[in-house]
Amino acid sequence: MDQTRLHELEEQCIQNCDPPCTAHCPVHVNIRKMLQLSQEGDFSGAYQILNKSIPFPEIIARTCEQPCQYGCNRESLGGAIRVADIERAICDNSTKPATSITRLPNRRGRAAILGAGICGMTAGLELFRKGYQVVIFDAGDQPGGRLWSLGRDQLPAEIIRRETALILESGLETHFHVSIQAETFPFQDYDAILIATGQEHQTDFGLNRTAAGFLEVDPVTLQTSQSGVFAGGGTIHSPSTIHSFSDGRRAAISIDRFLQKVSLTASRVHEASYETRLFTRLDGIRPQAAVVPAHSQDSYTVPEAQQEAGRCLQCECMECVKVCEYLKAYGSYPGKYVRDVYNNMSIIMRQRTANKFINSCTLCGLCEEVCPTDFDMGEVNLETRRSMVAAKKMPISAHDFALRDMAYSNSEHFSATIPPADGEPCSYAFFPGCQLAASNPEYIPLIYQDLAAQFPGLGVILRCCGAPAEWSGEEALFSQAAEELKTAWLNLGKPKLLLACTSCHQMIKKILPEVETLPIWGRLQKDKPETAFKNLKGKQFAIHDPCTSRYEKEWQDAIRSQLASMGVEGIELELSRNKTECCGYGGVAWLANPEMVHRIIQRRIHENEIDYLTYCVMCRDLFTREGKPTLHILDLLYGEDPEHLAKRRSPDYSQRHENRYRVKQQMLKMMSRKDFEMSESHLKIKLAMSDEVKKMMEDRLILVEDVQKTIEHILESGECFVNPTTGHTLGFYRPNLITYWVEFTREGDVFTILDAYSHRMQVGGETHV
Amino acid sequence: MSAENNSNTTPQWICGKCGSPLQIEAVNLSYLGSGYPVDLLVCRKCKRALVPADMALGKMLEVEKLLEDK
Repeated sequence: MDQTRLHELEEQCIQNCDPPCTAHCPVHVNIRKMLQLSQEGDFSGAYQILNKSIPFPEIIARTCEQPCQYGCNRESLGGAIRVADIERAICDNSTKPATSITRLPNRRGRAAILGAGICGMTAGLELFRKGYQVVIFDAGDQPGGRLWSLGRDQLPAEIIRRETALILESGLETHFHVSIQAETFPFQDYDAILIATGQEHQTDFGLNRTAAGFLEVDPVTLQTSQSGVFAGGGTIHSPSTIHSFSDGRRAAISIDRFLQKVSLTASRVHEASYETRLFTRLDGIRPQAAVVPAHSQDSYTVPEAQQEAGRCLQCECMECVKVCEYLKAYGSYPGKYVRDVYNNMSIIMRQRTANKFINSCTLCGLCEEVCPTDFDMGEVNLETRRSMVAAKKMPISAHDFALRDMAYSNSEHFSATIPPADGEPCSYAFFPGCQLAASNPEYIPLIYQDLAAQFPGLGVILRCCGAPAEWSGEEALFSQAAEELKTAWLNLGKPKLLLACTSCHQMIKKILPEVETLPIWGRLQKDKPETAFKNLKGKQFAIHDPCTSRYEKEWQDAIRSQLASMGVEGIELELSRNKTECCGYGGVAWLANPEMVHRIIQRRIHENEIDYLTYCVMCRDLFTREGKPTLHILDLLYGEDPEHLAKRRSPDYSQRHENRYRVKQQMLKMMSRKDFEMSESHLKIKLAMSDEVKKMMEDRLILVEDVQKTIEHILESGECFVNPTTGHTLGFYRPNLITYWVEFTREGDVFTILDAYSHRMQVGGETHV
Repeated sequence: MSAENNSNTTPQWICGKCGSPLQIEAVNLSYLGSGYPVDLLVCRKCKRALVPADMALGKMLEVEKLLEDK
């Protein structure tokens, strides 16, 4: 990811956008935050927010026309928030820090401000603050301009004097009782001029005007038809305090640029009112009428202001965060996360603190699906994983176990290309995938026989599709897996692949688009009489679509028709089909962040009380491990006792290896009458383990074969430690990048395992004394 | 980091190959190009060090993760 891409992504995430109130406010007060603090009763905090954008908060609170209300999402749900009334309560009930002006060092440039109304005062203060020489002229006898013509009930004189005192005390040069005449005004003494005299007191400087009689200005820079002469306030539009204030601020930016001789127009976006891109979902929000002050003449009391501020919806998008435990877990949202990801890649010496974040995403695509602008955090994470792998900066342990599991599946232990048993040319091949074979080896021959009856010339390809490599960002390994699969497919004569797994489907679609595939769903147990499923009739299951089926309507529909044909009622989860959630297995997140995946699973399995039904082995296995009765569609089609199967504990990692090996043996025997046996010496090591030890090994990602190889190594080398008191033996073996330690006792040829652990650090082969 | 046996008690483990008692020594642990010394029980004769489970699953795992994120 380069900087341009980072900025594009930051721009794409609309959660970064202003809420409508702030966007419509021509000076962009952080109204959302101000209302939040008001609701909490922190009026002084709220005042600070207001004062940060506005040097005359009390004047604005009493005179603002509230353009913020135009886009307010509350409008249709009880009426827009009465922001100005709340602002008034904020001003009346807060401690106000003394206002002062910090002036930057003197700068060259002298500006004349004609008019000491809101626009003139604002521009004057801004330019004075920046270090310019500023002279304000006004026909009246004090600052305030049009404010003095407003009703005193609305705006007491006391407030005008108090808030405009800043002009008189700041050190700005002011001249009152001055009637500006075009002929006599010393233009040559000033480098820039702002005309802010209001419409009634205008002097004719010979500048272009609009049909309505206002001065014609550039809408962005407020420059008039004459270079260096700017205009704002009542000279360019009908009276409006807030817009005059905005004009003053924008004119000051223009004059600053003009005096510095830089572009007046570059990068000036959203200075005035604009339409925000922020999306806020309003579903389920109940209308609530605006709070009316108990006495209509009065302003809000503190509780009333709090109550009205409480109606604020605190507009934000967060569509993706609402549905994703991963995005929620890190406390922010994609528009911010992308910067963490970018920074993580740019670090040279320090810790890369976002590695775990990048590797914890399941890459399921739900964020993109629910995002109003299709932001795909998964794609960002996958891109980043690839860059990390390419730069050799990917933590080894993040995906190593999954990649070794894949390597096992694509080794001789499981990988096989078996031509059709019937001797016909191979027009179809069943590709069960690695995890179905690992978890339900017993179903594979049944499915084969079922399909073979419908598809003459049915071969079989046993191997892993390469998903773990793709998810880990290991492009070379993924391509290699694809190449090997392609070779198998070519060897069989380019058959159509019958797939059982949507992840396999996605991978093949991505990297081998020339391979034609079709799901096995809707093609199984076709000839079985309806009565065969009679004990399922009327049963209900909530359908969990695997995340890799998100846009595979054909697969989703096939499962639903299959259920219907068996008399089973499929209940739709709120997040299903294209909005389905990942079980936590996707993206190898389960390995990088098991605690978070636990939360992902917990969230999903508690979305509905009834038992779940899915068509991905990993979804079922992860859900049942956390206690949610879940069935695979194959459990209904071929299982003996669905109720029991729904609570089955899935095989552990070692058993999954063993099962794949057995599938290969069985399929070769069944289809080619070949006996397949691998003579691996470590397999002769007989182990005994308690369930506790098995569970501990599973948690530590240690396989039975790792333990067997370690014991074999200890027996061969004699290298070990012994405990004469307990009779235990402890030894280690480092076959590759991991050192395995095993503590055991031996009785005859049976080794009872007491402990097993591993580490990646290398212990100095030679000890240094 | 501390080794499982300490010098005040009789060492529980002895070397399975030569039968010698184990002694505490500084041993270098290294990963991804970084290394540091740790006191471990070793057989001086066979030059083998014993890494106890609590160290492998505790401090060592922590350091591995830190180094992987470097």
